[in-house]
Amino acid sequence: MFYKVSRILSLSLFALLILVPVMVVVLGTFKGDLELMTKPLALPEQWTLNNYRTLIEGGQITTNFRNSVVVTLASVLLTLFLASLASFGIARMFNKSAGVLLTLFLLGLTIPAATSIIGIYDLFDSLGLRNTLHGLVIINIASTLPISVFILTAFFKQIPLELYESASIDGASPWRLYRSIALPLSRPSMGAVAIFLFVINWNDLLFPLLLITQSDLKTLPLALLDFRGEYAINFSMIFTAVMIASLPMVVMYLAMQRSFISGLTAGAVKG
Amino acid sequence: MTHVDTGARKGTGTRSPKSVQSSTRLKRIHDRSFALMILPALLIYAIFYLYPTLSNLRYAFTEWDGLLEPRFIGLENFTRTVTNDDIFRKVLGNNIEFSFLVIVFQTAFSLLFAIFLLKNTRTSIALRTLYFFPTILSSVSVALVWMFIYEPNLGALNTLLRNFGFDSLALSWLGSETITLRAIAFTQVWFHTGQMMVVYIAGLQQIPQELYEAAEMDGASRWQQFKSVTWPMALPTTAVVLAYTTIQSFRAFDLIYTMTGGGPNNSTNILVTLIYQSAFGEYRFGYAASLSVYLVVFILLLTWLQRRILRTKY
Repeated sequence: MFYKVSRILSLSLFALLILVPVMVVVLGTFKGDLELMTKPLALPEQWTLNNYRTLIEGGQITTNFRNSVVVTLASVLLTLFLASLASFGIARMFNKSAGVLLTLFLLGLTIPAATSIIGIYDLFDSLGLRNTLHGLVIINIASTLPISVFILTAFFKQIPLELYESASIDGASPWRLYRSIALPLSRPSMGAVAIFLFVINWNDLLFPLLLITQSDLKTLPLALLDFRGEYAINFSMIFTAVMIASLPMVVMYLAMQRSFISGLTAGAVKG
Repeated sequence: MTHVDTGARKGTGTRSPKSVQSSTRLKRIHDRSFALMILPALLIYAIFYLYPTLSNLRYAFTEWDGLLEPRFIGLENFTRTVTNDDIFRKVLGNNIEFSFLVIVFQTAFSLLFAIFLLKNTRTSIALRTLYFFPTILSSVSVALVWMFIYEPNLGALNTLLRNFGFDSLALSWLGSETITLRAIAFTQVWFHTGQMMVVYIAGLQQIPQELYEAAEMDGASRWQQFKSVTWPMALPTTAVVLAYTTIQSFRAFDLIYTMTGGGPNNSTNILVTLIYQSAFGEYRFGYAASLSVYLVVFILLLTWLQRRILRTKY
């Protein structure tokens, strides 16, 4: 009895703790700021798109959105390509140095990026990669390669060698083995890594903060910081910006909950 | 040349010496292609991630404003932090308090919810999906939403408290030297509990059902079952959750940077935010680099310690 009651109570409490803020934010984007502050939970007295209109007509957020899309897509696709190629090589290399290479990549897993920010800032500054979107893409790739290689190598090692051997006898080159055997088989693992990379890159604050100061190059998380200052305590505007910034991930999450949960958790646990 | 992979050698015994020779040659040629495949990733990773990590270490022994040439000062940055650095000491204390709160509550809640939602019923799955939801949000978004909740005058939390007559509890959640760090720790737990719950669920579902059945036959209460079956069997999962939660708590840069920037009066500064502030706010790059050495050492030490404790105890 005690167990049942405390179970229901704590589960509902935490559910409310997530649901209520989400509702307040979503409803708040369709209200004026005063209404949001005085009646945060009520439906808008008059549904209005004014917040969205003001933000989008301001133009800033559309630029930020585009930057985020470009940087995220480029980072995810390039990381997937480079990591899968390298992981395949490491998993299938006959030479012992493959183990050394893997350890080298794993080294990056134990050191959080936050501890290297001075070195990163310095390097990217001297290479002229600050305030460029490709600079951001490069650091995204470099910092997510370890975890991606780690997950994908473990997967490629599971593919039975016989599958390659029969193809090798037919004279397939390693490149063909990668493209026509390893890649198609690895679709689920690649999917998990892709989701993980999408969320990380889309939401990242640290690297843009470190490298980007020019406002037309800012990504969404960095722009949200500016909105915090610009709209002081105008929370209905801030919430609208939050909504625009979160929408792509939310839509993807709702569309594929299972893969999101397992993909993000795989990345988290192994990272 | 050594052949590590076993499968490739299958059946070599039946082959003629000539084909063994040719397969060795083939391996060498293939290895060259494999090496070429690894090369691009390795170069990018080594140049843009490993190298800056190492050069970061080098700057820890210098005094540098980020513009002029760094000046080598040996261990001075480190001796200063140990002997005469009140802010560093305060921040270290904050970091310990913050990490401790996050580790204890996040682990406890995620285990509790995992036990509650272990069975794959429709409600459980729906609740898991809901609890996991914050994980996909950016930490800046989460921080902004919680700034609204914690806002002292018209914020959601204080309005709620006043409506129920708890005026004295309506505190300045983000402007206090004593409670703000805890308020942010709460947000951090809210943010990541769902994800750790999923890790626990995966672990708990591996525990053989027979163990519970046997315990029930012996008349064990729920608490006894938890103590003698769930907890010991879930220890490897707990190790993973603890390690991840610890690293996460040390990395909680975004939340703190957005919500308070480390204030008021450094009371919410932890190591990562102090590193950033020292470098990019005060242009003390060398000092900041020395702090990041501490950070790496702490993280490695703590993760190692947790593994040790969990391994030796059971």
